[in-house]
Amino acid sequence: MTQAPERYIGGGVPRKEDPALVTGRANWTDNIKLPGMLHVSLLRSPYAHAKITSIDVSAAREQPGVVAAFTGDDLAEDWDKNPQANPAAVTGYGMSLDQRVRQAQEGGESSVTDTPETTGEQPVDEKTRTFVSWIPTDDTKIPNHWPVARDEVNYAGDIVAVVVATDRYKAQDALEFIEVDYEPMEPVVDVEAAVADGAPLVHEDIGTNESFTWTLATGDIDDAFNRADVTIKERYLQQRLIPNAIETRGVVANPDAITGGYTVYSSTQIPHILKYVLAVYCDVPEQQLRVVAPDVGGGFGSKLNVYAEEVIALVLARKLGVPIKWIEDRSENYLATIHGRGQVQDIELAATSEGKILGMRVNLLADMGAYLMLDGPGIPILGAFVYPGVYTFDAYDFSVTGVFTNMTPTDAYRGAGRPEACFAIERIIEALAREVGLDPVEVRRRNFYEPFDEPTDTPAGIQYDSMNMPMVLDRVLELADYEGLLEEQRRRRESGDPVQLGIGFSTYTEICGLAPSQVLAGLRTGGSGWETAKVQMLASGKVEVITGTSPHGQGHVTSWSQIAADALGVDVNDVEILHGDTALSPYGRDTYGSRSLPVGGVSVHLAAQQVVDKARKISAHMLEAAEGDMEFEGGRFSVAGSPDQNVTIQDVAAAAYMNYDLPEGMEPVLSEEVFWDPPNFTFPFGAHICVTEVDTETGFVKIRDYFGVDDCGPVINPIIVDGQLHGGIAQGVAQALYEEAIYDEEGNLTTGSMVDYLIPGAPELPKYTLERTVTPSPTNVMGVKGVGEAGTIGAPPAVINSVVDALSPYGITHIDMPASPWKVWQAIQDAQGQEAGTRDADLSGRPSQAADSTDTEGGTDS
Amino acid sequence: MRRIQMTVDGRAHVAEVEPRLLLLHHLRENLGIGGVHTGCNTTSCGACTVHIDGESVKSCTVLAVQADGHEVTTVRGIMENGLWHPMQQAFHEAHGLQCGYCTPGMIMASISLLKENPDATEQEIREGLEGNLCRCTGYENIVKAVQLVQQHTNGQPA
Repeated sequence: MTQAPERYIGGGVPRKEDPALVTGRANWTDNIKLPGMLHVSLLRSPYAHAKITSIDVSAAREQPGVVAAFTGDDLAEDWDKNPQANPAAVTGYGMSLDQRVRQAQEGGESSVTDTPETTGEQPVDEKTRTFVSWIPTDDTKIPNHWPVARDEVNYAGDIVAVVVATDRYKAQDALEFIEVDYEPMEPVVDVEAAVADGAPLVHEDIGTNESFTWTLATGDIDDAFNRADVTIKERYLQQRLIPNAIETRGVVANPDAITGGYTVYSSTQIPHILKYVLAVYCDVPEQQLRVVAPDVGGGFGSKLNVYAEEVIALVLARKLGVPIKWIEDRSENYLATIHGRGQVQDIELAATSEGKILGMRVNLLADMGAYLMLDGPGIPILGAFVYPGVYTFDAYDFSVTGVFTNMTPTDAYRGAGRPEACFAIERIIEALAREVGLDPVEVRRRNFYEPFDEPTDTPAGIQYDSMNMPMVLDRVLELADYEGLLEEQRRRRESGDPVQLGIGFSTYTEICGLAPSQVLAGLRTGGSGWETAKVQMLASGKVEVITGTSPHGQGHVTSWSQIAADALGVDVNDVEILHGDTALSPYGRDTYGSRSLPVGGVSVHLAAQQVVDKARKISAHMLEAAEGDMEFEGGRFSVAGSPDQNVTIQDVAAAAYMNYDLPEGMEPVLSEEVFWDPPNFTFPFGAHICVTEVDTETGFVKIRDYFGVDDCGPVINPIIVDGQLHGGIAQGVAQALYEEAIYDEEGNLTTGSMVDYLIPGAPELPKYTLERTVTPSPTNVMGVKGVGEAGTIGAPPAVINSVVDALSPYGITHIDMPASPWKVWQAIQDAQGQEAGTRDADLSGRPSQAADSTDTEGGTDS
Repeated sequence: MRRIQMTVDGRAHVAEVEPRLLLLHHLRENLGIGGVHTGCNTTSCGACTVHIDGESVKSCTVLAVQADGHEVTTVRGIMENGLWHPMQQAFHEAHGLQCGYCTPGMIMASISLLKENPDATEQEIREGLEGNLCRCTGYENIVKAVQLVQQHTNGQPA
C-alpha cells in the first residue's frame, strides 16, 4: 500500500506522459493501421478563385491500386444521408443553422437576409453547409462550405476531388490523372481591398465580402475624446500566421461491424465537439459515433476545428464500408489547416496630459479567409474584451468587421484574439508615453488598476478576477536591472555604437478558463463552457480519473494526477488519467483557450473531494464512530483523539466495492462525477521585458535577454508551467521577428513550406529568465488561472517595443511584425532620408503605412 | 521493385521496395516503426531523424534503397539492457518535451551532436540542433537536456 508522504501540488513531478514519448512508443493517428484500410489523397485547387467548368476523375479510377475517386458532385448526397430527418446545415455544436435562423426570425427585430429558405423539404443543393459555430450577429453572412468544392473554389487549397487507394503513394499518383478545367476569377487577397467599393466578391451569392460587424461600447466615448488633452491614433497590422504543429493533421474513420456505427480517430484538440459536429454534418446518429484523439502532436488552436477531411473520411468509411485514412502533408498543412491572426487594427486613445487614459476606440478588419471556420468569427471578439488590457478607464468603443478573402480560412491560433489585443494596447501605450513625455514604465503605472482580489469591472464590461500589476512590474524591473540597462543604452547611444540596445515592456492580462456557459450564450458562440471529471477508486485502491479535457502536450496526465493524489492522499503513480475517447468520457468540452486547468483541473479536484466525502461516511461506519469525528490526512481516516483507530482510503474503497456492510441506503463503490461550469473567466497577468541588440548596419535583431514575471495563480506543476511559458514566448517572438504568411497577387501562398516560412529554430530563440508571483483567482476553489497562452500574448509587444526603443534615436516609432532585418534596415534608411529632408514628413515613424501594400504584394522581406 | 536488406535497431530486415520509397516510409509502413515520425517529408523539421551507421540522418531525405546494407538506429533501438539512453532520461528530467512529436528526432540529433562535439557550448548545442524544429518548448529545456547529459558524462570515460 503506497501512501503519499507529501503534497504533490506545487511540486515538479516528472511527467508521466514522457516514457512513451521518449522511447518512440506513442500512438499517433498516423500509427493506426487497420485491416483493409484504404488511403485518401486529395486534389486541391491551385487557384485562389475560380469556377470549375469541368472535372473528370475517370482516368484516376483506372490507376493501379485505386479503389474509388470522387468529385464534389459525386459526394453531394453523401453529406446528407437522410436530409429530411436532420437539418443538413450545421452551425457547429448546439443548434443547427436552420434552428438559429428560425429563432432569429421569430425574435422579430433581426432581418436575416441571404440565408437559405429553411422550411419544407429543400433540395440538398440549396442548404447552407458550414462548419461555423460562433455566429456573432443575426445577420452574419455564412457561405456554403462544401467539404469537396463543386462549382467554385475559393482559396488555393480548396479540395476539388478525392482518390481512395490501397496505399498513399498510389493515391497520390492517381491525383495526376484527374482533369479539371478552371475558369479563373479575380481573387481578393487583401482585407482592405476586400471591403473597398467594387471589390471582386469572394462569394457572389452573398453579395458582399463583409460577413458581419460586431460592436461593443461602454461609457461615453465622445465625451472622453472631447475632454482629452491628447489623442493618439495608430494602425497596427497582425500578419497571418501558420500554426505548424509538428504533427500534421490526420484522421482514420473505421466502420464498426458490431455496433453499426463508426469510430473516428483524429489528431484533434476537440474529440467531443468533433463528435457532435460530425454526427450532425454527416447525419450519423451521435450514439453510434465514437471519436478518439490519440496522442496528438501539438495543436496551438489549429486542431480546434472541424475540417472537411474529417467529414470526408467518415463519409467514405460509410460509403465504402472499410477503414479510411487521411494524413495531411506538410504542404497541405500550410494551405488547408487554419491560419491565425490576420487583422488590421485601428486604435485611438484619448488621454490627459498626465498620461491618464480616458477612452479607447478600436476598429478592426478581421480576415476570415474564404469560409467561416468553427470559431473563426469569434476570435477578434475574444480579443475585444482585453484591448483595455491592464489599464482602467471610462469609455471604450470596439467594432470588428469580419471579411471574406480568397485565402486560407482563419481561426484560433495560440492566444486567439488576445495577442492581437495585447499588442495594440501595449504599443499605443508607448505612443502615449512619447506624446506626454513619460517613461513607458511610469505611464503604465498611472493607468494600472489598484491591486484587487475580488472581481472588478473593466472598461470592456467584464470583470477581471484578481490582479496586482505593480507587484509584477516592480519585480521584473529588478530582475532585468532596468537602471543598469538604461545606463548601458545611454552609453551605446552616446558612443554611436552600431549595435543599439532596446528595452521593451509588455504588461499583459489574458482571458483564461473558457468559459461560463451563459456568457458564451450571450456571445452566441454556439458552445458551452463547463467541464467534467469522474474520479473512481477501484477495488484494489487504485484511482482512475476520467477527464473531458483533451491534452496534446500540456501534461494533463501528470497535473491531474497531482490534483487527484493530493485530494485523495494517494501516491501519484496510483492514479491514471483517462482522456480523449468519447467512449470513455462521453462528455467533455476539450482543450483550448487556456481552459483545461481552471475548468477541467478544478473539476478533478471537486470530484475527488466528493469521493473523500463519501469515503468519510464509510470510514465512520467501519470504525463505529461519528462522521464528524473523522479526520482525514495522508490518505488515512482516523477517529479524532484515537489515532490508532483508522482506515486507509484504499480500505474504504475496497469496502465500498464489496458492499457487504455500508451505511444504510448508501450505494456501492467510490465513484463521483462532477460537471462544473465556472462563474467567471480567469485572468493571469504579468510583466515582460525584452532586451534586444539591434544592428543598425544590417537590421539584424538579437534578443539578448528575455525577462518575465508571470502570475497564473497557484501552480500545480512548476516544470510544466515554465515549459508553457517558454513555448508561448517562443511563438510570440516568432510572430514579432520571423513568421508571416505571404500571398501573391494571384492568391498563391508564397510561404507554403518550412523553407519559406521561418519557424524559429534553437539558435533564433533566447534564454528566458522567468519568475512567478501567486495571486489566487476567486473564480474557483483552487485559485488557479491557466497559463497556456500567456507567453504568446505577452511577448510580441515586448519584442517590438524593444526594437523600436533601440531605434528611437532615429525617430523611428513603429516597425511592423515580423521585424525582419530588411524591415528594420529599411526603417533606418527611411528615417535617415527623412532627416535629410528627402522624405515626406507624413511618413514619420510609420513604415507600416509606407511599406504596407508593397509588403503584402511583394513579400520582399521574407 | 528492389530487394534490400538492412539492420534496424539490431534486427535484420529484407524487403522488396519501390526505388522511390523514402527510408522514413519504409521504416514506418513496412517495418512498423511508429517511433520515427513524419513531420514534413522535405528535410526541414527533423522529426524523422535516425542514425545510419551511427550518423544522424533525416530519414525523409534518404531513399530506402540507399540504406541497403546499412545499419539503421531509431529511437526505439537506443535503450541498453532495458534502461533508457542517457539522452532519453535527460529529456524527461529536463522537461525537454511537451507534445513529444519532435522528440525522437530531437533525441537522435542530440546524441549525434554530443558524439561529434562532447563539450559543445550552449550556442553550439543550439546551432547543432537547428535542423530539428520544436513548436512546444521554445528549445530552452531541450538545450538543458543536452547539457544534463554533458554533466552526467563529465569525468567519465567516453
